[in-house]
Amino acid sequence: MGATICTDKVILNQWHPISSVDDLKNNEQGNTILLEEDLSFNKISDEEVLIWKSADPSKKLLQAKLKYGYLWTTLGHPAPDLFSFPEFYEIDRRNVATGAFGVNISAGRAIENFLDMGHFPFVHTGILGEEPHTEVKEYDVSISENDDEILATKCQFYQPQAAVASSEGTDVEYIYRVPHINCAILYKSSPVDESRQDAIVIFVQPVGPEKVRAHTGMCIIDDKSADADIRLFQQTIFGQDKPILENQLPKKLPLDSRAETPIRADKSAIAYRRWLSQKGLTYGVIPSKDINLSRFT
Amino acid sequence: MDIEFSKWFPVASTSDLPYRHIFQAQLLGREYAIWRADDGHVNIWENRCLHRGVRLSIGINEGSELKCQYHGWRYANRTAGCTYIPAHPADAPARTICNNTYQSQEKYGMIWTCETPDGTVPEIEGFGSYTVLRPIPINSSYKTIENFLTNVGIPKHQFVKSKSTVAWQFKLESGTQISFFIQPQNNNISILRGIYSLHIEGAEKIKILKHYNSIMVEIRDKLEKQDSPQLPDLEPKISQVSDQLSKIPVYGNQNQRFHLRVTVTEKVRISDNIIKLKLKSIKEQLPTFHAGAHIDIQLQNGLIRQYSLTNGPGETDHYCIAVKIEKNGGGGSKTIGENIAIGDVIAISSPHNSFPLLRNSKHTIFVAGGIGITPLLSMAKALHSMKLSFEFHYFTQSQDLSAFQNEIYKLGKNTNTYIDLTIDQTLSKIEKILETPSPLNKVYVCGPGEMIENTIKIGNDSGWNESNLRYEYFKNNNKIDNDSTFQIELARSAISLNVPSGKSILEVLTENGIKLESSCEQGACGTCKVSVLEGDINHQDVYLNSSEKRKGKVILTCVSRAKSDRLILDI
Repeated sequence: MGATICTDKVILNQWHPISSVDDLKNNEQGNTILLEEDLSFNKISDEEVLIWKSADPSKKLLQAKLKYGYLWTTLGHPAPDLFSFPEFYEIDRRNVATGAFGVNISAGRAIENFLDMGHFPFVHTGILGEEPHTEVKEYDVSISENDDEILATKCQFYQPQAAVASSEGTDVEYIYRVPHINCAILYKSSPVDESRQDAIVIFVQPVGPEKVRAHTGMCIIDDKSADADIRLFQQTIFGQDKPILENQLPKKLPLDSRAETPIRADKSAIAYRRWLSQKGLTYGVIPSKDINLSRFT
Repeated sequence: MDIEFSKWFPVASTSDLPYRHIFQAQLLGREYAIWRADDGHVNIWENRCLHRGVRLSIGINEGSELKCQYHGWRYANRTAGCTYIPAHPADAPARTICNNTYQSQEKYGMIWTCETPDGTVPEIEGFGSYTVLRPIPINSSYKTIENFLTNVGIPKHQFVKSKSTVAWQFKLESGTQISFFIQPQNNNISILRGIYSLHIEGAEKIKILKHYNSIMVEIRDKLEKQDSPQLPDLEPKISQVSDQLSKIPVYGNQNQRFHLRVTVTEKVRISDNIIKLKLKSIKEQLPTFHAGAHIDIQLQNGLIRQYSLTNGPGETDHYCIAVKIEKNGGGGSKTIGENIAIGDVIAISSPHNSFPLLRNSKHTIFVAGGIGITPLLSMAKALHSMKLSFEFHYFTQSQDLSAFQNEIYKLGKNTNTYIDLTIDQTLSKIEKILETPSPLNKVYVCGPGEMIENTIKIGNDSGWNESNLRYEYFKNNNKIDNDSTFQIELARSAISLNVPSGKSILEVLTENGIKLESSCEQGACGTCKVSVLEGDINHQDVYLNSSEKRKGKVILTCVSRAKSDRLILDI
């Protein structure tokens, strides 16, 4: 594998998304940056993609994995399997890659924004939220030790237009999963089938400690909307988040509990910061000086 | 350069702060959000919201508060204290989140600050009047620019040794002066600022600005061509919030009580000291209220306040309250006066009706003093719409006269307003109003404590039956004694509890999971009243009248206690 610029084992030993499968073209070289390293990749068949460090004259291959609509690679030694995401394989769902967004911010800040409901009325006004429906009601957060992931359930938030077909707003229920330090999945009731949930994903590619590409995707039960409309929706939402994210100071996610002021609405973000601290992550974050990390409430 | 955190530096021109703008500046690595409030005060705050670090300079200057773009939090002019968190209208903890603020001074057409500056901005000789030049950013260190100004200078100008350590002064033959200042944004980038020692306008000003702009650009070009060593950038220290603020506030038990969510749709100053608020429900229908009812409001700073509804009958799509802004009053009226804005979401309780209007009287007399008019107004509106007989007497000060004039006018003919009476004049008026007692009539009085006491006394002396003299205190001025220790037995639930000194019956009940409705919690509103089956009561409230107190069949659990060893309560 050779020396890497990034020396943080926690982030090195992860699978990282670098491209949507849709964007890969046979025998056409692509280039990207992961953890400050220039990488090149080339899809040679539907099953096989070659990835190497661009500057490596020997083109020694990095591990590659095609899963959940994305191409994943690593600069370290991750567990062989990615987290589970069974909805991706349900045959009546559509998986739409809704675009990769370059953002000058750390991966942690981007994930935290994805978990945050309180900003909907102010940042996604008229789409995901609207004043005066600003209250974030109590929800549950847990860290599953078996799966090593954060789960936030019973999240509810008022959405001005719950479905394309409805003209009235209503409370929508959300579930958030953080199964990977830089990936999160959001489930919300499907406007087409109330018994099932649409999934919206964000897989963040850390380009550097303060620079990411956020790969977004939707895994939804909807046979009507055109791909272009689904992409446009997600791009509108992310386009609203980007200027906020790029104006966060510091850009790295501070893990010290006394760096910022949480409120109850931030329970999932607090769990996320503690989870990262317990893993000993140092890349893209400002590590906590808090010694007592076991005290999770 | 040596880091000089105690020296004053200019960080903006006055013209950088137009109406309702927020200007972003940087000094010694730290970013500042600089904004002028409508009262003229220039706020210099660290440029990050303490919640999630978003730059405040992308927020909104609302005139007296700055609103963060991310979650709509609002911070007050001057103090930078957070006044509104839209995500949690209810159950606000009694803590104040404050952004980091820095000293600010406005002098020589510029805004000055630093981390911890000493004294005041130094005087610069010869600049009684001035014109501010266009500032020029330069990719150079403070030291490099300082050396240039001291050793090279500018053509046709003579360097004047300045008494001040912040200015580099130059003189023309004509005697007019230029003074330069250096604002070190960080170690390798600075802003060169300047002022000209005459106040000039129009074409002359443009000529001078252009002239010195080209001189300053020349300075920049020369400096940027120099091969100066690059210093590492300064990383501003991010100060920690207090331990208390770093913790997620606990989920309190207030949520059930404050279960209604309303939004402020109107906020009008109806007199010098009185503000009227109109509250509309966000989702569900507001519960029915009766004339005389009040609601509890949870304010953002954790305070809880009671306000009577002034609604007329049938006005069921909103609640109206009127709030007196006490000049040196507590946080409640101040918060409502200064921090609640139209569109804000607030949490309120259902209406409590502990001052009910009985409609079986032949004739009703209302005696209102000051802001005590609010519950009586709602009652009189109800009687007026039912065409029942009443008379309305309102004692007020001229400054508040305008507040309810329109509403009183609509009550018809039997209304009297008395303005600025002395205590003696008021008492003799009340004597006159109550001179003919009748068992078929009722008197309702609300106002300052002393006025209520006197009205009851006059009523009693004139021969009114005590049960026909009805009143509501807004607050209990009695000193509450909570030293005693006693037992309470709950007859219906067969539970026995100990009430220790320092705790009220209400608190002991709540701690043991027994929910009892309460509101003012100071013995004024009567919401927490329960029946007593056995035991002697030490009444400390101002709600029960003296015959009720004598009978000893009810107790206000928030303040009153037992004289005997135990009380048996009917709950």
